[in-house]
Amino acid sequence: MSAILIQAPGLFTTVQDLGREGFGPMGVSASGAADAISLRIGNRLAGNPEGSAALEMTLVGGAFMFERAATVAATGADFGPSLDGVALPMWTSIEIPKGETVRFGASRSGARAYLCVQGGIAVEPFLGSASTHVLSGLGGFEARALRKGDRIELGAANSLFRKRSLSAKAMENLKPRKMIRVTDGPQSDWFPEPAWKTLWGNAFRVSEQSNRMGIRLEGPPIQLEASREMITEGVSLGAIQVTPSGQPIILFVEQQTTGGYPKITNVISADLHSLGQLRPRDEIRFERVEMSEARSLLIQQEALLASKELIQE
Amino acid sequence: MVYLGEEIALENHQRVLKLLRLLQFEPIEGIRNLHPAYSSLLIKFDPLRLDYDELQSRLIPYLGRLDREPLPATREIEIPVCYGGEFGPDLNNVAEMHGMTAAQVIELHSSPIYVVYFLGFAPGFAYLGGLPEALASARLETPRAKVPQGSVGIGGNQTGIYPLSTPGGWRLIGRTPVAMFRRDANPMSLLQIGDHVRFRTISQKAFADLAGR
Repeated sequence: MSAILIQAPGLFTTVQDLGREGFGPMGVSASGAADAISLRIGNRLAGNPEGSAALEMTLVGGAFMFERAATVAATGADFGPSLDGVALPMWTSIEIPKGETVRFGASRSGARAYLCVQGGIAVEPFLGSASTHVLSGLGGFEARALRKGDRIELGAANSLFRKRSLSAKAMENLKPRKMIRVTDGPQSDWFPEPAWKTLWGNAFRVSEQSNRMGIRLEGPPIQLEASREMITEGVSLGAIQVTPSGQPIILFVEQQTTGGYPKITNVISADLHSLGQLRPRDEIRFERVEMSEARSLLIQQEALLASKELIQE
Repeated sequence: MVYLGEEIALENHQRVLKLLRLLQFEPIEGIRNLHPAYSSLLIKFDPLRLDYDELQSRLIPYLGRLDREPLPATREIEIPVCYGGEFGPDLNNVAEMHGMTAAQVIELHSSPIYVVYFLGFAPGFAYLGGLPEALASARLETPRAKVPQGSVGIGGNQTGIYPLSTPGGWRLIGRTPVAMFRRDANPMSLLQIGDHVRFRTISQKAFADLAGR
């Protein structure tokens, strides 16, 4: 089997697909790509089913030597991909000749870049998914971030190269947002008026301690109503927990399945991919939408992803 | 989110278990995941296939059946634990907090039959109900970055076993050599929601023998 040789791993590079949903009763987190839309589009550009496994890089990308010729696509944040010193275009299919090395640098915008390869990354699936869950040491390539010298096998490439690019209109529509839209959470009524004023009226800064499990935010503390006791309950992706010190944490793709902090709001599904592109020190704001609007925004987003205009051949 | 009670109680747990099983055996199309906890069940659904109101109305008949639904047969599982020493670095500290000797803490902790209220937090992590009140202990102020696999801990009025080496803030009183979560087992988690659990005290030698097997 052909493979990619990791010449430099980058800051934190893992194998990810769309995750493993359905194992909450076992306490197993879904995991999956932090920016699922970039992964889905990258796979389609490379000629894969949209949920194929790919490499997810964080803030600083790596260098990957291809043992065979391959059709690839680089999506997500711009980490300045290049081949033999020549810049490679993003959001488009590219042919990599056998033996060549694709290099990524530091992020110029956003936090995560994806390298999708035709045939996908071949790792043994765990509970039906190739996604790495780093905290619990499950899934992906040896259940960890990649290291120099790792050899990652590729699935069989089954079609000839075709030029595909993401349309400019779709790119504009799917651009990551800094104004994050949220709906009410299960404990919204635990928070008094001043808490909401704080939430809507301020920008929150992404902490350096953020990771795939949670995005920690720094800002003015959000006041909780006097000591109400919370019983540990299930938590969903994008839930915004408020710790006793008043700092919000957005539960992210490697979230725990249950948690014991009250949740003031929940990021809408259509904005989850934007969270995957937040860098430490980025500032975000929140805006409330109704559940029905959240749903129609997702339906619109999915319609765009399914439309003929998405990708130009 | 379906709330089936407002407190940690066996009765609420049983209602969560029944609803979980009904939804596993008679799934509603569009539900993607279920997260059971003490007295609630979080239902994740695909908003492209279901909307909130529709799901709510489809759940009503399930909820109406809970009182009639029988509980599944209970399994009783014995977990060997070596208490104290390097395996339970917080045992003496917990004993001190409660004005007991370490032996009394061990005796008290290994006497009840616990109920697995749910698996959550991390793969295979069982939240056990039934900790004697006298052992309830505040969590560590600074959680450990890495709790060794198999550690038995107390966090507030809860006790449990860390199935994998993860960060954790519970006070560690012992460790089991038994693998709680195995990727090559079916089911992967030794403990399942609803199981009854008993801790059996073992020596360091027995721990080493069991771990070596």
